This record gives sequence, structure tokens and C-alpha cells, in this order.
Amino acid sequence: MSILINVENLQKVYLSGDIETRVLRGITFKIEKGEFVSIMGPSGSGKSTLMHILGLLDRASSGLYEFEGVDVTKLSDNELAKMRNEKIGFVFQAFNLLPRTSVLENVKLPLAYSNDKSSMDSRAGAILKNVGLEHRLTYFTNQISGGEKQRVAIARALVNEPSIIFADEPTGNLDSKSGTQIMEILQHLNNEGNTIVMVTHETYTSEHAKRIIKIMDGRIVDDYLVAKRRIAKDGEMLK
Amino acid sequence: MLTFFTQSFKNSFRALLANKTRSFLTMLGIIIGVAAVIIIMAVGAGAQSLILAQIKGIGSDLIGILPGKSDDKGPPASVMGIVITTLTYDDIEALKKKNNVPNLLNAAAYVKGVETVVWENNELDTNLNGTTASYTEIESSNVEEGRFFTEDEERSLARVAVLGSKVKEDLFGQSEAIGHKIKIKKHGFEVIGVMAEKGTVAFQNYDDQILIPISTAQKLILGINHITMARAKADSEENIGRVIADIEKTLREQHNITDLSGDQDDFTVQSASEALDTITTVTDALKYFLAAMAAISLLVGGIGIMNIMLVSVSERTREIGLRKAVGATRANILSQFLVESMAITLIGGIAGIIFGTLIAFLVALVAGALGYEWEFSISIISILLAVGVSGFVGLIFGLYPADKAGRLDPIEALRYE
Repeated sequence: MSILINVENLQKVYLSGDIETRVLRGITFKIEKGEFVSIMGPSGSGKSTLMHILGLLDRASSGLYEFEGVDVTKLSDNELAKMRNEKIGFVFQAFNLLPRTSVLENVKLPLAYSNDKSSMDSRAGAILKNVGLEHRLTYFTNQISGGEKQRVAIARALVNEPSIIFADEPTGNLDSKSGTQIMEILQHLNNEGNTIVMVTHETYTSEHAKRIIKIMDGRIVDDYLVAKRRIAKDGEMLK
Repeated sequence: MLTFFTQSFKNSFRALLANKTRSFLTMLGIIIGVAAVIIIMAVGAGAQSLILAQIKGIGSDLIGILPGKSDDKGPPASVMGIVITTLTYDDIEALKKKNNVPNLLNAAAYVKGVETVVWENNELDTNLNGTTASYTEIESSNVEEGRFFTEDEERSLARVAVLGSKVKEDLFGQSEAIGHKIKIKKHGFEVIGVMAEKGTVAFQNYDDQILIPISTAQKLILGINHITMARAKADSEENIGRVIADIEKTLREQHNITDLSGDQDDFTVQSASEALDTITTVTDALKYFLAAMAAISLLVGGIGIMNIMLVSVSERTREIGLRKAVGATRANILSQFLVESMAITLIGGIAGIIFGTLIAFLVALVAGALGYEWEFSISIISILLAVGVSGFVGLIFGLYPADKAGRLDPIEALRYE
């Protein structure tokens, strides 16, 4: 197994006026290819900030961050954008789909900022089929259910064949049945070899992962493998 | 790169279609501004063509002599209705002498007034034009019936009148006019001729007037000694400059003016083409004024676009955050919003061109129906100008909102409620 993410003593400090807020106080861990990690913690623990830094949306104040062996702390904004485009897939709690735009167009959105289009173009349809949405391709995103929206978001995260998928409270806005479907898809993707990092504050949801990193007040308080992993099985999805 | 632009355009149109009313209202400023540019250029060209046609109607070899000195580029005061009595019949007689103005073909003097003409029970207010026998040659006018008055009649206070075609029509209808007595200010005049129809040339209606000998008009009707104006014709167009110089020299001698610089002149000699220049100065000033109005309209339209783009940026903050998360750079976002604001102005510009062309065409249609020689022309330059200016407005006023969008922090943008 090769190391995908390596962070050492990661710190994040926000300055507002004279008041210094230390959100991350020295985070150190490694994530290998093929892992399914839950970052867990209460609100205000710094888990979202950590995910934003890991997802290259934000920069750490200090510390080391290597992504696939590359020191990303020294990259420019444009280089980070390119890495997000090529290496990373995001799934958000609020779905963040484009309104008045078809499901297929939404999935193809990352291609607008990519150089390698043609192969991904055909992939969009295939991925939507994998998440069970082949009958919704031309629907607008405001015409489908919440569970379907999150499946579109997952398809969008997969379209560029990323090295890692970051899911920020992916079931937070969903009913339990839709939530189960999403977890089933994520576990299925992990079984296929995809690396997944999921941020959540629910113990139940976190136990779908293979490993849990617990964060409190900007520090890792626990990091362990899940002994009794929950397997999401909705039965309707993914034969 | 190309696909990026088509994608940007697709996104822009989607965004514009999503808020149809808002997009239209935003475009309105640009539509009006661009339409104004098109109309101004077209109507300006039409008016110029009309004036040119009118001036050509008089003949470019014609020279006008007016009492009073013209200051700088403006017309002499006599044009504005101020009576100046410095020019007389004798001055024009002097011009006709070969040794004074050798290249002069002929000259005609005029006194003008408005009088009531009576025939039997019919009354008519019309223009009275006291002139010389040389009138027909100077004005290139023809007598339809009867004859024009002679030089003897011109000098001998003869009570004869030649009617313009409309005056004949209004006063006599279909019946014979020649030989009948009409009354002007209680003086009887014998109708000796009727002029052929000529219409309006240089804003002067040739059909709605009565022509009588100049001496009769001065002494009997108006009670004056001066003349209103005179016109002269050169023997060829090349000699116009010489003729004007000779006329000025002769008139200075007549009026005992020793200053040859022209500063002391109490008259104005001008060729038709010079008069055209004067009119063009006026129409140009009007054109610049309207162009300034159009510029203001485009400016206001541009501010409207900036305003609506700022609204759009804050409405779509989450979309911007998402796009950045999936790999859009600052430049990507900036160009997306720039393309969008330029799309608004370009669509507005095209609508403005269509709208403006329609109005200009209507103006030409109405002017044509009123009998003016109005040329309908939309120049390529005005279209290029309109498209260029509207695209430029979109670029300038879209820049600030687009830059704001490009600078948004992706995390802040994703969290935005």
C-alpha cells in the first residue's frame, strides 16, 4: 500500500483583529490508498477545516502536507486548482448542484476545467448508470429527490477518476433510507479501490468506514480501525 | 479553449434565460443607447442628403448676396429677420456692368413680403416676391403660360404679376388667369404669366408666390428703397471665386468702403457651397449633442449591468465555490462572468441595432411621404461602432463584478447561505 496523504503537525490559526483562534493544533496522520476513513468530531472541533485543507481548498498555517508525495504547501493557487480538478472529488452536505442544469451537465462540470475531456465525456453517462440514475440524465437538478441529488454529486466527484473522494456530511441532509443508499454507494466505491475520506459528527455514519479519526478542539484524540464495521444494504441499489 | 468559450456562452445564456425580465430590463439601457447611435447616424446622413439635394437644386454656381456682414461662421443678421437697408437695386445694376464683374452671367435682386391677393371673391395670403426680369435665368425657372415681365416693366413701375402655380390654382382654379386683374393692397395688377410647377428648393416654396417687378414692389406695395437680397450666377463653376471677389470689390466701391480686408463690409457674398458648410456646422453640432446623449445612455446602461452582475455574483456564490472546488481557477471564474456581461451587452447591442434601424427606416419613410429627398442609409461604421461600444461597455462594467467573483474564497463561497 502506498501513502496517499501524509500530514505532520498541521496547524491552522485564524486571526480576526487581535484575537487568535487556533482551529488545528498539530494534526499528524497518514492515509494509504484504498482506505475509507471517517473524520469524526463535534461541531467546532476543526474537522471541516481539516477536510478543506486536505481537499486543497484551504491552506494550513504551518506543518507538512504531502499529497501523493508532493509537498502541496508550496503550490500556487492555480496549481492547487489543477490538483483539485485532477486528483480530488468532493461530495457536500448541501449537494451543491447547479440549478436549471441537467443531471448529465452537472456531472460533466469538472470537465469544463480539465484538459483531458474526451475520455471523461463518455464516462459521465456510465458513472450515472452505476449510481442508478441512467433514467434521470436529462432531468434538471431541481426535479429530482434529495437522495438522487447526492448520487449526482457522487457521480460528479467520480467523473475525473480522482485519487481520493472527500465527503463532507454526505448524509446530513437526507432521510435514513436515502442516507443508507449513499453509504452503500460509498462502500461499493471503496470496495472497487477508491480512497474515501468522510467527515461526520454521527457515530452511526462513521462506523461505515474502515478507520475512524476522532478530533476534539483541533487535536486528534483517537485513531483506530473499526472492529465491527456497518455494511449499508438497501437492496434496491447496486445489484 | 474553444470549448471553454462555447461552455461559457452556454452558461451565460442559461443564466440570462433564468431571469428573463431582469435580463431584458438590464439590456434596455444598452438597447436604447445603441439604437440612439444608429438613429443619430442614419438621420444625420439622411438630413445631410436632404440638404445636399436642396442645395444642388439651386445650383452650385449660384452666389447669394445679402445685406449686413456675417460674423465669423454664422449667417448675416438679415437671415435672422433683422432689416438691413444697405443693399440697393443700383448695387445690382452696378454688378451687371461687364467691366465690374466680367465673369458674371447675370444677377437678380429681390424684395420679399407677405401680402393678401384678391381676385373677385377669392382671397389668398401669399408670398410677394418683387424681382428683376433676370429671375427666370437665375432661378432656372420656366413660364408655363403667358410671359415673364421685361426689363422695361421692371424699371417702369408696371402693374403686372406672374403667379406661382399654386397661387394660380388657389385663386383661379381651372379657369383662365392670364389677362385678369388681381388686387394686391388695393392696387390692381394684370396677370401676364403663370410659372411652371417647381416645388420646394432650398426650403423655399417656388409655387406659393407672386412675382412682380421689383420697383413696383418697392415703391407701391412695401414703400422701401433697399432690396432684401440678390443672387448672381457665374459663367462657370471655376470662376465662382473670381466672381465673388469682383462682386465684393464692386460693392465696396458702391458703398464707399475703403477697407479692403472685409472687416468694414456691410454685405455678405456667399456661394451655395459655402452656405452648405454653414448648415453642416449646425447639423454637426446637433449630431454631437445627440451622440453625447447616446454616450450617457450607454454609460447608465453599463452601470445597470454592473449592478445586476454584482447581484448575480452574490446570488451564485455557492456555484462559484463549487466551480472552484472542482478545479476552476480565478481566471476561469473571471472570464465566465465577463463573457456573461458581454453577452448581455452584445445581445442588447444587436437588439438596439434592429430597433434603431427600424426607427431610422420609419423616419425615412415619413420624410419620403412628405416629399423630401431623404436617403435611408445605415452605415457599416455605425453598426461596428454600436457593437464595439456595447461590447466595450460590457467589458468595462463587467470587469469589477467578474473580478470580485474570481477572488471569492472557495470555502467561504461553499458555506454561503
